[in-house]
Amino acid sequence: MNQPQDDERRWQLWGLNSPQQALHNKQRWKLWEPVLWLLALASPWLLASHALIINEIAIVALFAVSLDLILGYTGIVSLGHAAFFGMGAYAAALFAKLVMPDPLVGLLFGMAVATVLGAVCSLTIMRGSDLTRLMVTLGVALILMELANKLDWLTGGADGLQGVVLGPVLGRFEFDLQGQVAAAYSIAVLIVLFVLARRLMHSPFGATLTAIRDNRLRAMAIGIPVTARLAVIYTIAAGVAGAAGALLAQTTGFASVDVFAFDRSADLMLLLVIGGTGWLYGGVAGAIVFKVMQDAISSITPQYWTFWMGLFLVVLVLVGRERLIRPWTWFGGKKK
Amino acid sequence: MLTILFDGIAYGMLLFILAVGLAVTMGLMNFINLAHGAFAMVGGYITVLLMQRLNVPFLLCLPVAFVGSALLGAVLERTLYRPMYKRPHLDQVLFSIGLTFMAVAAMDYFMTSSQQIIQLPEWLKGRTEIGDGPWMLGMGHFRLFIIAICAALTVGLQYILAKTRFGSRLRASVDDQRVAAGLGINVNVVFLLTFAVGSGLAGLGGALGAEVLGLDPSFPLKYMIYFLIVVAVGGTSSITGPLLAALLLGIADVAGKYYVPSFGAFIVYGLMIAILIWRPQGLFVRTGGKA
Repeated sequence: MNQPQDDERRWQLWGLNSPQQALHNKQRWKLWEPVLWLLALASPWLLASHALIINEIAIVALFAVSLDLILGYTGIVSLGHAAFFGMGAYAAALFAKLVMPDPLVGLLFGMAVATVLGAVCSLTIMRGSDLTRLMVTLGVALILMELANKLDWLTGGADGLQGVVLGPVLGRFEFDLQGQVAAAYSIAVLIVLFVLARRLMHSPFGATLTAIRDNRLRAMAIGIPVTARLAVIYTIAAGVAGAAGALLAQTTGFASVDVFAFDRSADLMLLLVIGGTGWLYGGVAGAIVFKVMQDAISSITPQYWTFWMGLFLVVLVLVGRERLIRPWTWFGGKKK
Repeated sequence: MLTILFDGIAYGMLLFILAVGLAVTMGLMNFINLAHGAFAMVGGYITVLLMQRLNVPFLLCLPVAFVGSALLGAVLERTLYRPMYKRPHLDQVLFSIGLTFMAVAAMDYFMTSSQQIIQLPEWLKGRTEIGDGPWMLGMGHFRLFIIAICAALTVGLQYILAKTRFGSRLRASVDDQRVAAGLGINVNVVFLLTFAVGSGLAGLGGALGAEVLGLDPSFPLKYMIYFLIVVAVGGTSSITGPLLAALLLGIADVAGKYYVPSFGAFIVYGLMIAILIWRPQGLFVRTGGKA
């Protein structure tokens, strides 16, 4: 019956006094994190000629963080996350066109619309197996894509929604052609939402999500309201995805049905897995790797870059991500 | 009206043949294989190549397409798929999407991205009409041919699954791999054969469907969703579930496109979501197996 002492000793072995401290340490900001974000914020000027792709990376990273909230932390598989992305994009674009051109208000509007959609859709993911969830999420995205395609008086149909003109950010910074302001704007939004997501995931709320992911039955048994938690996190993730979509529409001044496309959801899942799920930086890292790789490969073979992407995926899964990013373990036998 | 029903049934039958292999791997073997459409595409291209380059008659192409895709399926199962069975679903999804991307790009490279056309033999080109007025039934001979083949295959498959020794072995392996292996069933061989036949059927479906559905390198992506719907809606209890789901889907799609073209794909997707919310495990659920 010396279990508690054993536990205590184990914690001391790790240089910690208690589980609480372990949790605190996990959520404490590391030194490299603010440095990284400051660098990111400066990158549009440091790498001025690449501002456009930096903007894209920031948007995709935000989108990936949103998927990570439900996939990595909660274990809800989704092949239709683009539904919320696209909803945010169209909402923001239409808002800028019809109501007012201020980007921040438009961003909030896009997020709000996507959040509402997420709340409605969260009803659809409660039951069934992984396959059911894959299909339902995919179906929602496809229906929205059809809607955007068919409601051409509102959305411009297959031609896309054009002529979205935005005012300056905060009434001061005009969007420039080079995309520096756009990139900085996207990165700033990414940072704000990332910090919020980080805070949320390290809260007791986040811990319950991880518990649900790891063992739903047990989570239920210790009194976690599973259904409510799933609904809430799905709604939040939808809002974040909507923000990413709104950023895309605002910084490119354009929204097309392509924002709902299946490829987008599939690519997103792929890059999240490259970066690592259940780790918020995974989405960011994956976005950088994926976009840079896409850019590099498609400049070599513009038409067939999906082949190499596919090959990469297959190898990634077969070898295992853990081993692929640690080449020194390749020839070490089964040691570690 | 009957014509639409007829076309819908033909379309549904075709979808069933294309998707039945997937129903087996996904429903019975619990493996999410999004690359299934790639096998169908391979079958379609085998037919196109044989007919265009070597002037092989259409009827002879069908078995070749079946065997070709089945062989490819067997090789891939042995080398790539087998280690994936035990992995989490997410890995399986990513892996098979990767395979699909590769197949699409490779076909694009070798066969160009243009749509391939199959010249049907004369005797399949005609059309028979029965009755008149709103109850007129127009039957394209090719569609009739598809229905006949698919119906024969369905009966055959059902027989194999339900009555033969191989069928019971397969069901046993699926229900509990370890116990089945303990009883002396070579589970690996059973799965290999099943996977090969499933891929072969997809190839056959691709060959049959090349004329109806159109064949170009984006085929696996375009129809993957339909296959998945068939399996998800049909459930995994037997092959009757996917069959009914495929028929329902085929009829709903054809009728929807005919009567309310402006709704397009809404009907199909809406129907799917409604059914899946109503019965998350599909219409027909297998009980007693090990999840």
